Amino acid sequence: MTDPTPLAAFARRRLPVSGLRQSAAWRPGLGASALHSELFAAGNEGSGAGLALALALDQAGQDDRPFLWVQDQAALRLSGRPYRPGLPPALRSRLIHVAAEKPEDALFALEEGLRCRDLAFVLGELAGNPRALSFTASRRLSLVAEKHGVPLWLVRLDAARDLSSARMRWQVSSAPSAPSRWNPAAPGHPVWQAELFRARAYPPGQWTLCDDGQSLIANPGHQQAHPVDLVPGAGDRSLAAG
Amino acid sequence: MRLTDARALCPQLAVAPADPAGDLAFLERLALWAQRWGPWSALDPPDGLLVDVTGVAHLYGGEPALLADAAARLAACGLSVRLALAPTAGSAWALSHYGPEQAIHHPGDSLDALPVAALRLDPAVQLVLRRLGLKRVGELAGVARDALARRFRTIRAPAANPLVRLDQLLGRVPEPLLPVLAAPPPMVQRRLLEPIRHRSLLDRVVEDLAADLVRVLEGAGKGARRLELVLWKVDGDMLQRRLELAQASREAAHIVRLFAARLDDLDAGFGIELARLTAPWCEPLALSQQQLEAAAEAHGTSLAAFIDRLSVRLGPAAVRRPEPFASHWPERAQRWIGPLDPDRPRQEELAFHARPLKLLDRPEPIAVIHASPDGLPRRFRWRGTLHEVLRAEGPERIAPEWWRERGGARLRDYYRVEDGEGRRYWIYRHGHAGDGRGGVPEWFLQGLHA
Repeated sequence: MTDPTPLAAFARRRLPVSGLRQSAAWRPGLGASALHSELFAAGNEGSGAGLALALALDQAGQDDRPFLWVQDQAALRLSGRPYRPGLPPALRSRLIHVAAEKPEDALFALEEGLRCRDLAFVLGELAGNPRALSFTASRRLSLVAEKHGVPLWLVRLDAARDLSSARMRWQVSSAPSAPSRWNPAAPGHPVWQAELFRARAYPPGQWTLCDDGQSLIANPGHQQAHPVDLVPGAGDRSLAAG
Repeated sequence: MRLTDARALCPQLAVAPADPAGDLAFLERLALWAQRWGPWSALDPPDGLLVDVTGVAHLYGGEPALLADAAARLAACGLSVRLALAPTAGSAWALSHYGPEQAIHHPGDSLDALPVAALRLDPAVQLVLRRLGLKRVGELAGVARDALARRFRTIRAPAANPLVRLDQLLGRVPEPLLPVLAAPPPMVQRRLLEPIRHRSLLDRVVEDLAADLVRVLEGAGKGARRLELVLWKVDGDMLQRRLELAQASREAAHIVRLFAARLDDLDAGFGIELARLTAPWCEPLALSQQQLEAAAEAHGTSLAAFIDRLSVRLGPAAVRRPEPFASHWPERAQRWIGPLDPDRPRQEELAFHARPLKLLDRPEPIAVIHASPDGLPRRFRWRGTLHEVLRAEGPERIAPEWWRERGGARLRDYYRVEDGEGRRYWIYRHGHAGDGRGGVPEWFLQGLHA
């Protein structure tokens, strides 16, 4: 047996295999086996790219290499351009942005990015179901990502769930945010409703994910409208204890 | 005369088979050795050598001393030679064959007394000249030049044209010669710091030697057909292994594998201190191109190469990197620069501003309903969808930069809002009612929060 199985890929990345066997479901910090993930999101919200960045940060850990963000023209028009002051602080100075005219160019940029050893991860944003992103193209991306070990996060805006060889496929939408620490009427840390509907190593499931600025916190299920308990306690002493 | 006839005449005759190829090879070796007297030498088959000694004689103490040195050294080799030194190759040949012993031709000396055979002519032409009664070089020189030219006008080969040969003898026309160049076989060697006695170390040395030899062969565009590995031991003994390849080869791994089988019966004794690998027989082997970008396939491309590829296909403006800029105006707070441009020194960013993850290229107008004229927005319609605002923060007032904008520019009141489904946006009101810079303020949606 010569073709790399998910297990072999795991061993290559020097992660404990037992972790895979014991974990029935996905949880943050456990996505390293999937180097090609797709996130389906609506085009009128920032949830897709936001969760992709959070997952990439969660998976990559400490890494100072730049990352690539590829958008095609339609995605750019639909959801805008990355804004440096709004990026997670760990990623602000590491962004390399590619604005591709056509989906073909975007796929080319994605594949070249996956071949580059100096990139931490590659984030792609494609709108709709372009003809260029066929199953063959997606398999091509998977193979390149697994050969060179560069994770790919492909955000599909307003797209139908077509054929794909992505190792993990998520459906993402925004969820009511965690309460703000200082102003209860203001939006707080971003929260997403994420459904893992297809994955190789994990059973499907639903999570409410929250990025509190330091780590990604997952809460299974989606019944809670206001996940108060997801936000960790304040690290600082209160002013009164002074 | 046949050999049997000769033996009948002289029974003591010593017979040796002729070996023209061996003679020529010896002559080539001798020509290389003769370069000790001059920078280059040329063959004059079957039995002659020409050495260029221009400007060399004073190193030996004059021309007679040079000839005496050459005569002594060649005699020590067991060769009987006739030497001559002259300004042109033709005159040197003539003097060595038909002149006095160790003749030196000085400018002004006459060569008229030499026979016409000294002109290196074919026997047929010599016969013609003898029938014409021309026996000496001087007699030939006495004939009118146009008569000679007319007589031999159809013959271009120098060996059949006495006029050309005469001019070459006297140095009137140039006579190019083909020098002999040494081509030493590719050789690499390793002197070992300490004598080695173990096979594993020797294998390592052979690997290094093979790698070196392959590099040498590659530079010469050759492949080895025969390889010789010579190992000198500490006690002066020498071990030799030789192997031949079926096809010219330049693969280090192949060479190492072949030698590995031949090194089993080595007796290293007190140790091996010098190893030398030579390729005495090489054949041309053209460099073949490796697979294009094989290294990039195996190890990935570098960032610079990657950016070059993208820039060539998508245009240099498509691949960029954001850089913060000292401005409060949101669109202006970041600039796009080349991906590998260096960072410029900048101010620390303000940490208490929550900014959206993505910014629309052009803010899109929205219809907003708010509770009170200057209060928080209650609901808004964007792209045909109604968004119910549940949580909002604002306003964050950003005034236009008067040093960049026109005088009538309106300020912006920014709100961070979240609708009933948790979608978070960054919207602003352009101006405020009664600022005297336009009509009713419009609302725009500019950014999408994560």
